[in-house]
Amino acid sequence: MAIVDGRIVMPALPEGRVLPVVTVPADVLSTPCVDVDPTDPAVVQLAADLLATQRVSPGCVGLAANQVGVGWRVFSLDVSAHPKSRVTHGEYVLVNARIESSSRHEKSREGCMSVPDFTGDLKRASRIAVRGLLPGTGEEVLVETDAFEARALQHELDHLDGFVFLDRVVGPHAVFARKTYL
Amino acid sequence: MTQSLAVTVLGHDRPGIIADVTGVLAELGGNLEDSSMTLLRGHFAWTLVAEVSVEAAVVAERLAHLTAEGLVVSVLPVSGPEAPGVGGSAWLLSVHGADRPGIVSGLTGLVAAAGGNITDLTTRLGSGLYVLVAEVELPDDVDVDALSERIGVAAERLGVRATFVPADTDVL
Repeated sequence: MAIVDGRIVMPALPEGRVLPVVTVPADVLSTPCVDVDPTDPAVVQLAADLLATQRVSPGCVGLAANQVGVGWRVFSLDVSAHPKSRVTHGEYVLVNARIESSSRHEKSREGCMSVPDFTGDLKRASRIAVRGLLPGTGEEVLVETDAFEARALQHELDHLDGFVFLDRVVGPHAVFARKTYL
Repeated sequence: MTQSLAVTVLGHDRPGIIADVTGVLAELGGNLEDSSMTLLRGHFAWTLVAEVSVEAAVVAERLAHLTAEGLVVSVLPVSGPEAPGVGGSAWLLSVHGADRPGIVSGLTGLVAAAGGNITDLTTRLGSGLYVLVAEVELPDDVDVDALSERIGVAAERLGVRATFVPADTDVL
């Protein structure tokens, strides 16, 4: 059972390493990531590394593999402490995840560890269903969520498709100098 | 007899510049119309169009205290009717990549060559990262797929990432 009481139950992972986060215009951030075997020990280690890096990065709620320089379709997420969250599924990593459905687009402002100088206004779905695999077991999970977790999932999946938020800002007056570093 | 004046104010930012300028216009019975203000590399930059019933020289004289503190102020009559635009459809060009000369000219040149008109533009320079976002009006007879392809080729040559998509307008 991969989801218990609304939380994704993660398989045991090895100890994670904190990795440096790459920033635009690095090529790896503009290149679509490739599907990988979720049971591959290297993928399991990457899952642990993403979580370790995310935990020590202030304000970071998610991290895509290509943000640490790895072109694999893997990301980590944990929005449970964020005030804009409603539904949350705890701290987790998904492999080969894709959006199944999305609706109710809303505009909001986003920043990104890989785009340290700017923030931007984007429209994203506030209801979303994402299907992916857990690292280690390869068990399939369907994450149905809303609000901030939905936005964060789309942000990470965009990274894995080779996009950053600058590719999706709503207009010329939707890019801002980043004033605070979370 | 009223006339439209274009007023630009540029220079070292401080609190109160907008209040100063609009205060002068209000005292002269002017009406502030379209305006756009931002900070460019930390410098105050404001362009506005106002309808006034006095000569441009009178407005300039009343804004002279701003010039005295080091701001660059210009007050010029705006002549002729508003441009009609090229009509057609609205598009959004988003570009980001390592800073280098020629990004803006290389991409906007393609838009201009296709008969497109840029109606809104922001460029920003971060630490080595250049960002451009523009709204583009394209006449109906433009081959958008061909223009998109040319933009993609030019972006690759410039080493930047470009997306060219329909401007998202929700009319409620």
